[in-house]
Amino acid sequence: MAIASIKNVKIAGMAACVPERIEENRDYTLLPPDEIEKYIETTGVERRHCAIHDGSICTSDLCQKATEGLLEKLGWVKEEVDLIVFVSQTCDYRLPSTGIVLQDKMGFPKSTLAFDITLGCSGFVVGLGVAGNMVSTGNFKKCLLMVGNTQSEYANYKDKSMWFLLGDAGTVTALEYNPEEADKIDICYSTDGSGRKHVIVPDGGSRNPVSLKSFEEEAVGDGNFRTRLDEKMDGVEVFAAAITGVPKLYKQLLQEFNIDNEKMDYCLIHQASKVLFEKLRKKLKFPEEKTPMNLKDFGNTSGATIPLLMVCKLKEELESRPLEMVMAAVGVGFSIGTGRITTNKIKVCDLMYL
Amino acid sequence: MNLEEFIKAFAEEFDETPADIFKADTKYRQLKEWSSLTALSIISMVDDQFDKTITGADIRSTETIEDLFNIVQAK
Repeated sequence: MAIASIKNVKIAGMAACVPERIEENRDYTLLPPDEIEKYIETTGVERRHCAIHDGSICTSDLCQKATEGLLEKLGWVKEEVDLIVFVSQTCDYRLPSTGIVLQDKMGFPKSTLAFDITLGCSGFVVGLGVAGNMVSTGNFKKCLLMVGNTQSEYANYKDKSMWFLLGDAGTVTALEYNPEEADKIDICYSTDGSGRKHVIVPDGGSRNPVSLKSFEEEAVGDGNFRTRLDEKMDGVEVFAAAITGVPKLYKQLLQEFNIDNEKMDYCLIHQASKVLFEKLRKKLKFPEEKTPMNLKDFGNTSGATIPLLMVCKLKEELESRPLEMVMAAVGVGFSIGTGRITTNKIKVCDLMYL
Repeated sequence: MNLEEFIKAFAEEFDETPADIFKADTKYRQLKEWSSLTALSIISMVDDQFDKTITGADIRSTETIEDLFNIVQAK
């Protein structure tokens, strides 16, 4: 079973950056206003911060700005950083790894290990486990876990199932080897690759290389259109998989680590859509006041939603008092993670814009 | 829950379609109000009331409300 109980690691700080540019869902031109309102009601998304996707703002740029701000706030110098883990589905290039690009662009020492993890909505929870385990050994002392996506790039304007949902964001979480002030970081994972057909960008990888056909817009039902380079999401299948998979893995987390819901300060649920968020909130048995939400102004920012939520909604508390939180994320794959973390007066930057 | 109660619960997930439209043999996916959004509501209702999960594929394999009721019962 994929269970990680990470020792010796302190969560030192967090930061997040979003594109300044805003897409208002109510400005959508292909549906009448009352139809748009139905989508807004179901998704909970009124507006999203979206890059233009001409190469001027990539996920790495958002993570870079967030990281520069956090390093300054933490007082970390780049020479100390020995691990960069970049978690995204929107990398600068097919190769090399974006983490490696950032090592050079940001001026980290060549002694730094940098690599990418390709994951979507479960990215923060999985990245925390991978990076946390590496730091836990003491082999790595200071790690920057960058999680972000500019996945609105994959949404076709004529595909309502995606267009109203996707926002862009880059985040960074600083982890340090610190046995004396270690946080609790306990995580459970599950993987079900049979769900891959439900959330996919079919063409452009090695399995289905880009061809002329990749650019053809096809009718895909419900009046939606997309190309094979756009993201397909079967929201109904995602919903069905999530409402069974997440509560089951959450129950495992509670049992494995003797967690009492009542003692948790917050439950951070992946901001997928309002309808799924609400369903999971009820199934995980948390009241509204313990489950912050920022879908309205940011949409679904994939793996970035949990750290973005912490920066947007919990900054003051994260800085001023110890917190114990659980989290749950489900995403493309399907890949699911549930976890419990503590923080103790960490450094959090104000939300940044690029 | 029997078929009659299922139909009632099914109808409550719709806002614009009158409740008396919903019968055991109603081809619900042909209703004007049917969409992926109502599909989510139905999956959620089945989860609440039956503690069972139906998938998008289950829904696509049915025509009538009774078909769906039978699938739920068989889970």
